[in-house]
Amino acid sequence: MADQATFAEQAMPLMSSLYSGALRMTRNPADADDLVQETYLRAYRGFGGFQEGTNLKAWMYRILTNTYINAYRAKQRRPDETDLDEVEDLYLYRRLGGLEAARSGRSAEDELMDTFSEAEVKKAIEDLPENFRMAVLLADVEGFSYKEIAEILDIPIGTVMSRLHRGRKALQKALYDYAVTHGLADRPEGGTEPEPVPSAAGTDR
Amino acid sequence: MADCNETLRELYLYLDGQLTDDDRVHIQQHLDDCSPCLEAYDFEAELRLVVRSRCFEEVPEALRDRIAKALDREQQPG
Repeated sequence: MADQATFAEQAMPLMSSLYSGALRMTRNPADADDLVQETYLRAYRGFGGFQEGTNLKAWMYRILTNTYINAYRAKQRRPDETDLDEVEDLYLYRRLGGLEAARSGRSAEDELMDTFSEAEVKKAIEDLPENFRMAVLLADVEGFSYKEIAEILDIPIGTVMSRLHRGRKALQKALYDYAVTHGLADRPEGGTEPEPVPSAAGTDR
Repeated sequence: MADCNETLRELYLYLDGQLTDDDRVHIQQHLDDCSPCLEAYDFEAELRLVVRSRCFEEVPEALRDRIAKALDREQQPG
């Protein structure tokens, strides 16, 4: 059983992670502030139930997610799944993968940092339908394992995997659309086909 | 050793650290030998770093204070 006196010491360093998650969920700084505060209060009150030695960040993310779902989701309901862009695997790589080779010596990371602004990356994530946004956020931004995500969202691991699979592809499609507006990539119609890459069959479920 | 199809199919499981030790070694061996697959892997790994760093948020000082005070109030008896 965890001691409440040690809560602040252990939990305060996690705040920037929880705050960025809250911002991506609520898409609104005032709501994110309230959500993070509520999460800390609930976590403090329930800290006796936290098992020492397990992942405190995952435990707090579960509280954050539940609080968000109960308090905020109702007022900003968005269509789910139906409006998700379905594209092939490695969508962005097949279109932008050659960028760094074109400017010798630069890494893909440098190129991608130059290509996509902070506002664009955030918007691309925030525009994903909620179920997919949560999965991508927890895996790609926060680095949780499938098992941890399953526990945080209270869904089976298979569902985590399929949401991640589809959410990541939709994110890549959204980023590609930004690249097109920058003139960094060919428009989907016309222009040259992207370099062929050995294709992998989708594992969609 | 895995082939290109298998490697690309498992790429995200590999990146996510969700493969068994055996499967991970098979993919690793293929990536060591196949530069097109390695390039795809690097792109995906670096894209993730970019997404992660772009999403980093500094907590506003005012929020930090607000939460610290709220927790103090919780600790006070009565």
